[in-house]
Amino acid sequence: MMFKAENISKRYFRRTGSANYFYAVCPLSLEIMACGVTVLAGRSGSGKTTLLNMLAGLLAPTEGKVWLDGTDLYSLDDKSLSRLRSEKMGVVPQGRSAIDTLTVMENILLPARLYGRPEPIEAARQWMEQLGIAHLADARPAELSGGELRRMAIARALAQAPDILFADEPTGDLDDGNTHIVLSAFHDFACIQKKAVFVVSHESDAFQYADKVYRMDGGQVDIMH
Amino acid sequence: MSKTFSLSAKNLIRKPGRTAILALLTAFLALAVFGGSVVVLSLRSGLNSLEARLGADIILVPTEAQSKVSFQNMFLQGTTGAFYMDASALEKVTEVEGVEKAAPQTFLASLKADCCSIKIQVIGIDPEKDFTVQPWIARSLTKELGDMDVAVGCKVEANVGEIIRLYEQRCKVVARLEATGTGLDTAVYCNMDTMNALLKAAEEKGVSHKIESGSDVISAVYIKVKDGCDIDAVNSRLNGHIRKATAVRTRSMITGVSDSLAGVSRTVSGLIVAVWMLAFIILLLAFALIIQERAREFAVLRLLGSSRRMLSRMVLTESALCGLLGGIAGVGLAALLLFPFSQLIESSLRLPYLMPDAGKTLLLAAGTALLSAVMAALASVAAAYRLSRIDPGTVLREGN
Repeated sequence: MMFKAENISKRYFRRTGSANYFYAVCPLSLEIMACGVTVLAGRSGSGKTTLLNMLAGLLAPTEGKVWLDGTDLYSLDDKSLSRLRSEKMGVVPQGRSAIDTLTVMENILLPARLYGRPEPIEAARQWMEQLGIAHLADARPAELSGGELRRMAIARALAQAPDILFADEPTGDLDDGNTHIVLSAFHDFACIQKKAVFVVSHESDAFQYADKVYRMDGGQVDIMH
Repeated sequence: MSKTFSLSAKNLIRKPGRTAILALLTAFLALAVFGGSVVVLSLRSGLNSLEARLGADIILVPTEAQSKVSFQNMFLQGTTGAFYMDASALEKVTEVEGVEKAAPQTFLASLKADCCSIKIQVIGIDPEKDFTVQPWIARSLTKELGDMDVAVGCKVEANVGEIIRLYEQRCKVVARLEATGTGLDTAVYCNMDTMNALLKAAEEKGVSHKIESGSDVISAVYIKVKDGCDIDAVNSRLNGHIRKATAVRTRSMITGVSDSLAGVSRTVSGLIVAVWMLAFIILLLAFALIIQERAREFAVLRLLGSSRRMLSRMVLTESALCGLLGGIAGVGLAALLLFPFSQLIESSLRLPYLMPDAGKTLLLAAGTALLSAVMAALASVAAAYRLSRIDPGTVLREGN
């Protein structure tokens, strides 16, 4: 798997200030390791989530290209991009991301069901076990705590075994114990299954599991190590 | 399709409150459409049936019957009536240029007394000349009406094989006729010999049918005009040729009914359109509210790989299923209100009212349910479009 961004930027218009636009993400290029955990750190409002959304095919950049295995994501039509995101990418967004009408297990199997792929039931059970939510398989999201919901979203992304997994502040709602469980899971996924993990986090705990760390500030990215 | 369908179905089942509200709205829509359509169709069928049963271009009746409008009431409301003219009127009718067929009928009203089982209109026909009632009777009776045999309308409380007493005369019920939705459903039919016997028996009970000339009597002559002849001209010639009787074009009798029917149809159609528009606007608003409620859910689906088309299809499937559910409920409710109370509706409208047959009713019910599904889907098109274009990143962050 080869994943890279070339000179991508995101510019928004605004009516106040001297310029009539501002850069949420300044033009930048970066490459994500095919097998390993990449962490993007930075303060709130530094443009981390905007960058993640652009990389995950959810937000078209103002300029630049995002390549996955030689395919420019934003040259694809919506149908092809959606299918590619379903097959090759996993996304763990900020906040709640459960479908309330489905059980936890149904939520985890949903990406496969949407495209009629074989349901990764065994993988789902294994990740739920590892993340400590195996007993909640038949529960409805309304019965879960914020931390459990977050781990459900992570299990959902991992169970699909995507080539690249994007996680936006995945440990934000978690206590220390669960933070390490989740980060270990990402590390195992990257090392054992030889996949790429891109984590946006402002927590230093994430650094010790990272193979590569970027820091983002004012829309610009620097490599930390 | 089946993947999004199963997700849509789960969404509906596991959010029963939301589903019930949307289904209820479409149920009102279906109730108005199905109920209104059945009423309008029944009135139209009633009118068609009335036309078929009149079956003649012109009817000659005694002048007094025409002035009392009792003849028309017999057909429309099933009121009993008896009026007579000299039987020679039939011969005079046949002498008039342009007349192809002429069939006499004689009416007698039974009494609500010991001598009669039921109070009813008795109509005597001449099977050899008749061309209006006979085809109708033939559908229920394969042989000719014999002496003291009667065929009864569908609303007469007498079964085939039963004996009914009319002026102490025992008459055997040999056929039960199909419904016409008109006053004729409450009458019994016999041949002229039976009618003459009944007239004689009625005379003995003090019910006079005598006319000044003292000769035989008839109540009406049904006239068929030759093809190509001007019916109005024949009508005028009849009125000039026969005294103490009036020739009436059947169309003029039906025109009054037709005008009333058009009025009722317009009112019902207006109500249907009003309810339809109201329900549609409420559905639009409901779906607009649902957009806000479900934005996060659809953002997640988008994140998980759903294309815009898949999301639109999901919304349209859900709304169509809701509409179908509501449509079926509305049709069911309308059926519960309409069918058991059809007699009440008929008597309130005072117009010929013949419910459509089972096949037509089922077709109408299926069409209404389908239409409800389509309307609900149409009402959700804007919502589907907006939901499919949400920015998942923004929506999911805003929800934090």
